[in-house]
Amino acid sequence: MIRILTAVLILLAGAVQADTMRLAVTTSFHNSGLSDVLLPAIETDTGIDVQLLVVGTGQAIRLGEAGDVDAILVHSRKAEDRFVSAGYGTHRREIMYNDFVFIGPAADPAEIGDAGSAVTALQRISQSKAPFVSRGDDSGTHKKERALWAAAEQDPATFASWYKAVGAGMGASLNTASGLGAYIMADRASWLNFGNKQDLALLFSGDPALFNQYAYIPVNPARHSHVKASAALQLETWLTSPKAQGLIDGYTIGGETLFTFNATP
Amino acid sequence: MNEIWAGIAAAFRLIVTLDADLVDITLRSLQVSLSALVIASVIALPFGTWLAIRRFRFRRLTIATLNALMGLPPVVVGLIVYLLLSRSGPFGVLGLLFTPTAMIIAQVIIITPLIASITHQAMRELWAEYHDLLISLNTTKGQRIMTLIRDGRRTLLTAALAGFGRAIGEVGAIMIVGGNIDNATRVLTTAIALETGKGDFALALGLGFVLIALALLVNFAIHALSRTEREGRW
Repeated sequence: MIRILTAVLILLAGAVQADTMRLAVTTSFHNSGLSDVLLPAIETDTGIDVQLLVVGTGQAIRLGEAGDVDAILVHSRKAEDRFVSAGYGTHRREIMYNDFVFIGPAADPAEIGDAGSAVTALQRISQSKAPFVSRGDDSGTHKKERALWAAAEQDPATFASWYKAVGAGMGASLNTASGLGAYIMADRASWLNFGNKQDLALLFSGDPALFNQYAYIPVNPARHSHVKASAALQLETWLTSPKAQGLIDGYTIGGETLFTFNATP
Repeated sequence: MNEIWAGIAAAFRLIVTLDADLVDITLRSLQVSLSALVIASVIALPFGTWLAIRRFRFRRLTIATLNALMGLPPVVVGLIVYLLLSRSGPFGVLGLLFTPTAMIIAQVIIITPLIASITHQAMRELWAEYHDLLISLNTTKGQRIMTLIRDGRRTLLTAALAGFGRAIGEVGAIMIVGGNIDNATRVLTTAIALETGKGDFALALGLGFVLIALALLVNFAIHALSRTEREGRW
């Protein structure tokens, strides 16, 4: 009996020692399929088993503040800077970028296809009162969308029922948009990897205002002593390595590159 | 309709090839929900029975509360358990958030009132029948509860199965406290939510059929083991 107990305890201890860390990532990072490429490589190279919590940027930051994850990988500059300056994260490291695109019904009733800028595209949508689906979940994409509405001098709170804030992740919001035949702003990676396009199409992209930078922030061990700071540091080193660059730049769907590596060594 | 056929095909393919991920998340679903069921039953069956035979001051209030708690919204339970287990919450030092244990805790809270309430309903009628006999035999309270549980085991089985059904199909609470982490806390329902989010309806539906099949299998297995509905028995 004692022998069995000892064996069980040793097994349990082994399970605890196996190097795992928790990383809160945005839905766009995971839905794009990039994580399925990176995680196995990370485990082979560093021996770290990275457990992903796939949430919006707002929730990712909350998880980091509470110390429930060891690091976060998000895309909302202002929220990231606040997170670091409040002492929740040690530092912010840029990893890669992709861009946001405007998706809508292929017939394009609001005629955003030839809009010169993202702001013009939004203005045309609000003028035509074509249905528009907003993430509405305080994610990085949602924050970006609100910033663009502000730049277009419009306030979503005053919009009529054509503006639908669904309060869901990127994939679920795209599902809603394809069901309604509505316009939506999405990150390119999630859109390319989305399986239920129906008659939606990519209508507008390329405005520099739609640039989408992803950054990695380890949670500050001074604030939460239990976080696995060394594993988080190891992961950062890996994410900024040439190996990661090759995998990120080389990840394509249907011949299109999804993310561009831009970490500075 | 096409999506549904594709879903059936996907379910078939997953099962026939014994997809490693599918086996893994199915076993985790079973592990979490069965553990929750056992713990909840240990609490709820004696409690429901005790409530049926014992008269005390706030009995009506307790029963009414119990019945109301049957409809406890899982997502709220999830949120509260999450806040309690979070590193900045009161039980944060245990480090239980985003583990199967956290999911079991949430499910126990969700299904215990359901099992206790059904148990109480059934036991009240059985107690009316047994009351005089058990009183005249001068039994202790513990003996009365044990007798009722033994003789009412068929209805208690129904209560337990109702609890299991609610646990295995539940997504709101375990999504919040488990975090749907691949290879750690992903179960069938959260995997379905994830695949739906990706727009991969065929795979989501395939997993859904697996989930339904699993619930049926567990029910059949329990009925077979406890030999209910057989000839010559009730």
